[in-house]
Amino acid sequence: MASRLISVIAVLAVTGLIFGPVVALLAFGGGLSWPVAADWQALRFTLLQATLSAAFSVALAIPTARALARRQFIGRGILITLLGAPFILPVIVAVLGLLAVFGQSGLLNSALAPFGLSLNIYGLHGVVIAHVFFNLPLATRMILQGWLAIPAERFRLASSLGLSSGQIFRSLEWPLLRAVAPSAFVVIFVICLSSFAVALTLGGGPKATTLELSIYQTLRFDFDVAHAVMLALLQLSLALAAGAMSLRFAAKQRFGAAMDRIIPRWDARSWPLVLQDFACIGLVAAFLLLPLAMVVVKGAPTLLDLGNVWPAVWHSLTVALASTALCLIWALPLANRVGEWVALCGIALSPLVLGMGLFLILRPYVSPLSVALPVTAVVNALMALPFAVRILRPEAEVIQSDYHRLSTALGLNGFVWLRRVFLPRLRRPIGFAAGLTAALSMGDLGVIALFADPDRVTLPLYIYRLMGAYRMEQAAGAALLLLMLSLALFWVFDRGGRANAAT
Amino acid sequence: MKALPFAAGLFAASAALADTPVLTVYAPDYFTSEWGPGPVIEASFEESCACDLQFKPGDLLPRLLLEGNKTSADIVIGLNTDVTKKARESGLFAHHGQDNEQLELPIEWTDDVFLPFDWSYVSFVYDTTKLENPPTSFEALAQAPDDLKVVIQDPRSSISGLALVLWVKAVYGDRAEEIWKGVAPHILTVTKGWSEAYGLFTDGEAPMVLSFTTSPAYHIAAEGDETKKAVIFDEGHYAYFELAAKVAGTDQPELADAFMAFIMSPTFQNAIPETNWSYPSALAKSDWPQVFQDLAEPGKAIFLNEDDSAALRDDAIEEWRRALSQ
Repeated sequence: MASRLISVIAVLAVTGLIFGPVVALLAFGGGLSWPVAADWQALRFTLLQATLSAAFSVALAIPTARALARRQFIGRGILITLLGAPFILPVIVAVLGLLAVFGQSGLLNSALAPFGLSLNIYGLHGVVIAHVFFNLPLATRMILQGWLAIPAERFRLASSLGLSSGQIFRSLEWPLLRAVAPSAFVVIFVICLSSFAVALTLGGGPKATTLELSIYQTLRFDFDVAHAVMLALLQLSLALAAGAMSLRFAAKQRFGAAMDRIIPRWDARSWPLVLQDFACIGLVAAFLLLPLAMVVVKGAPTLLDLGNVWPAVWHSLTVALASTALCLIWALPLANRVGEWVALCGIALSPLVLGMGLFLILRPYVSPLSVALPVTAVVNALMALPFAVRILRPEAEVIQSDYHRLSTALGLNGFVWLRRVFLPRLRRPIGFAAGLTAALSMGDLGVIALFADPDRVTLPLYIYRLMGAYRMEQAAGAALLLLMLSLALFWVFDRGGRANAAT
Repeated sequence: MKALPFAAGLFAASAALADTPVLTVYAPDYFTSEWGPGPVIEASFEESCACDLQFKPGDLLPRLLLEGNKTSADIVIGLNTDVTKKARESGLFAHHGQDNEQLELPIEWTDDVFLPFDWSYVSFVYDTTKLENPPTSFEALAQAPDDLKVVIQDPRSSISGLALVLWVKAVYGDRAEEIWKGVAPHILTVTKGWSEAYGLFTDGEAPMVLSFTTSPAYHIAAEGDETKKAVIFDEGHYAYFELAAKVAGTDQPELADAFMAFIMSPTFQNAIPETNWSYPSALAKSDWPQVFQDLAEPGKAIFLNEDDSAALRDDAIEEWRRALSQ
């Protein structure tokens, strides 16, 4: 009973936080206005790029996750941590890193030039490459997480039955993918829906106009609130439609109760498979790590020459830790079907609309600038929530169904269940979710346009300010610092969650 | 019980502050950053005003329009000419009370609500090590070799991007779309804001970027780098003004007036060039820092007042969008 009550409270809190601002803006703008021709064009492009981006991210993540799940090699843990990095960088930094590799004067074109070849990154393919760069690591980790949740006994049983890798795929891995991949697709699809700066820059121009750009234009230039809210709701309904589609395809993961340990795979020892796996890992690592290496190369010269950056570091760390705590408090009771829907709405809603709505709600009571950091922490927690829920839900549900009967038989009360059964078994996904949230929150500008406290600057804002003041080299140094701090936070949480596990 | 002395201290502190009047100034984020003009201006104004000047950084007009009459702002600084129509129609602003004759601008300034505090020309900035002969007009840009690429900002999300399409529209009128079609192959990409575009330029991704004629001053003065230059177009350049205004409902009218007067003072004006990297609005050219006097300057200023720019804006953006979407 108590746990159901907590779930209901969490659902209400999060939906209130998402729809409250929409209602506030609706009231302010006096209703909605109809979409115009340019809006439909933006809608089409938004749908197209988000679908392609999510499809490629998941399609590439499957072989990568499988390779990482069945291979042990030196540096595997560090590689898995590093692979998370693109996702947590501020957009502008990641784009500059990506272009240092794929751009006009990037590494790739320099390598191709002697052969008279050149590659033009700008266009729809560029948008997709950039979004895959951001989201492939996330998809890989989500799917890998699912892979590691297959009880080792299943693989042992499969190998004692003498099943081939193909047969194991059909009997064990395919059901897993049916359960995990559609949801990973939806989360990435929804996050790509609200892409704006990346889509525009890599898309090469106004052909790559997304709904979020229209919302930005409508709110900041035209101040047409009624139109902006309509666009935001349009974006939100795309996300819900995607969620509904995925429910049709997604199967429930069912492996039954296991001994709850992980052991190495016995199959897949043939050379072609080993080669295939390492080729896959190598290519993905190069694709993700080269742009990051460029961020390091560009930032290193000014890393120790950043001026008074420490207050910004401190504020960002505080915000990150607060967001993480808040996000987990929401995510644990929301690790179910309803919760996943609610959480999705958070990232589907335009951050600008969210910020303006919160501004309207808070303004009569407090000075918006004095609550800049708390608001940033709350919004960042909301932005990370769908990822946290997605990471926690599969294993949370398995634990519920596998241990529920046992717990009832033993008469465990809610608290003992939580402490002795639920949380210990969720340790790995909780660690991963916490790491992701903390790192994501470090790199996110959130709702800074209306909630910027002059005395409490965060590190991403510091970077933007350096860039705005022509100090591009120092900005690169600050970006490297941000990257290092985010990765360190991610590593600490993620590692904490994986302690005692052979992963 | 440690909280009690702490709370008492807090009250004492706020009581002390309550005696000092607060002047609240809304400003864009870059203005208030430690490298922008904000800190110098705050310190020098506070020397004479017996007040506490507080900058509140962030979006200017959206925030003001959301707050309406309840705004706590006394002064707004950092608006530009392309939003003044909307700002004026809100009725939130009072007369600036300064003599426009004091201004040293390339055009005649007649507005008695919005007061320019700095200005520059929108222009393309190029890297002399990568481009020997930059085009000297939009038509020349259209006919340039294919590998001449430029990064611009989107007029729908960036003020400088909007200034660019208004510039083309003002010069070419009905031919604007044709010009954009010619220029389109040379546009490497379009970014959300100025920082992204300028970052791509300094990273060497493109040899030319949409910025301001005053941008090279930063590279010369701060980095000793003379390889970044503004291209001067024969047809003239769009002039870009940043404005300040007094909020009509201010509860500190005298302080606000004092600040408007301060904007026109040499102290304020001298702080602008090397923090905001733009021309001061009320200093004769001979009083500018040498590096600014030496910059290449357009022969002709192009400017659309707020009514003309409002009338042309939607068409100009739509022509740009159509031409670049092909």
